[in-house]
Amino acid sequence: MHIMEGFLPWQWCVFWYLVSAPFIIYGIYLLNRQVKEHRETLSLLAVSGAFIFLLSSLKMPSPVVGSCSHPTGTGLSVVLFGPIITAIISLIVLIFQALFMAHGGITTLGANVFSMGIAGPLLGYAVYRLGKAVNLNIFINIFLVTAVADLFTYVITAIELAAAFPATHGGFMISFETFFAIYAVTQVPLAILEGVLIALVFKYIIQSRSDILVSLKVLTQEQTAKILESFS
Amino acid sequence: MKYTLEIIFAVVVVIFAAVFLIQNAHIQSTLKPGEEAWQGSDDMGSNAILATGYTPWISPLWTPPSTEVESLLFSIQAGLGAFVIGYFFGFYRGKRERSNAT
Repeated sequence: MHIMEGFLPWQWCVFWYLVSAPFIIYGIYLLNRQVKEHRETLSLLAVSGAFIFLLSSLKMPSPVVGSCSHPTGTGLSVVLFGPIITAIISLIVLIFQALFMAHGGITTLGANVFSMGIAGPLLGYAVYRLGKAVNLNIFINIFLVTAVADLFTYVITAIELAAAFPATHGGFMISFETFFAIYAVTQVPLAILEGVLIALVFKYIIQSRSDILVSLKVLTQEQTAKILESFS
Repeated sequence: MKYTLEIIFAVVVVIFAAVFLIQNAHIQSTLKPGEEAWQGSDDMGSNAILATGYTPWISPLWTPPSTEVESLLFSIQAGLGAFVIGYFFGFYRGKRERSNAT
């Protein structure tokens, strides 16, 4: 999902910076509040951030198409801390990759943080709330959230590029099909794998720190007791 | 029920690896000389943009001098993440065992 340095016309760079800025500003505020008022959640914040660091560094082959791509790792953070705080963690990872690996870029940072840190997580969060409303099994819910956040990130990248580079014949839609095939199709197997991994990790978090999950309102006391019982 | 999620994860990984191996065998046998298999989607995206005749207007301040150095940096990123994850899961476990002991 990384749009490389210089690969977006400057008008689009400015546009995506402007779109992302309000989320980032609000995110910094929320993150500050989280750290100050809920210090007990700090360790899980570090763990969810670390998963974004770890997973977004892995370039994995996508068996369906024969190209490589990387997961985003945002699912855990979306469920535990919401999409806006996830945007800040993604921003840090993207700056790191842009400066040291020349992967992504500073001019394209606005567009990249919008796809990975904002749009993907927001849709993932919508899935999470919906799953909660219909009382979906928490592990299936987390699988879906993670897979959707990952996959949608790449759909957004395809939209961003199609908007900036519409085909001369056929315009946006033709161009979108090209980028969609490159980015989103590759991502399907990776999104599934990532979803299963994060669901598994979530089990360990319930076993280790169910108290924090209760204070983050992800699960109630009764739910955690029931889940822990089912694993014993 | 105790290890349901672990089993599902292991099965998905095995399927993933198996499909990869089959697909790889197929790709390697049909690969034309000069073609590169398993390219990064980010690079393919960039190439699709270059194909439209677009010239990037700015290049990165610093680019890793080789793919080896680049993969080193990606490994460091993964290592940092894994270190923090391992640290806290170990910390949680130690804490739990201590409270169980008393």
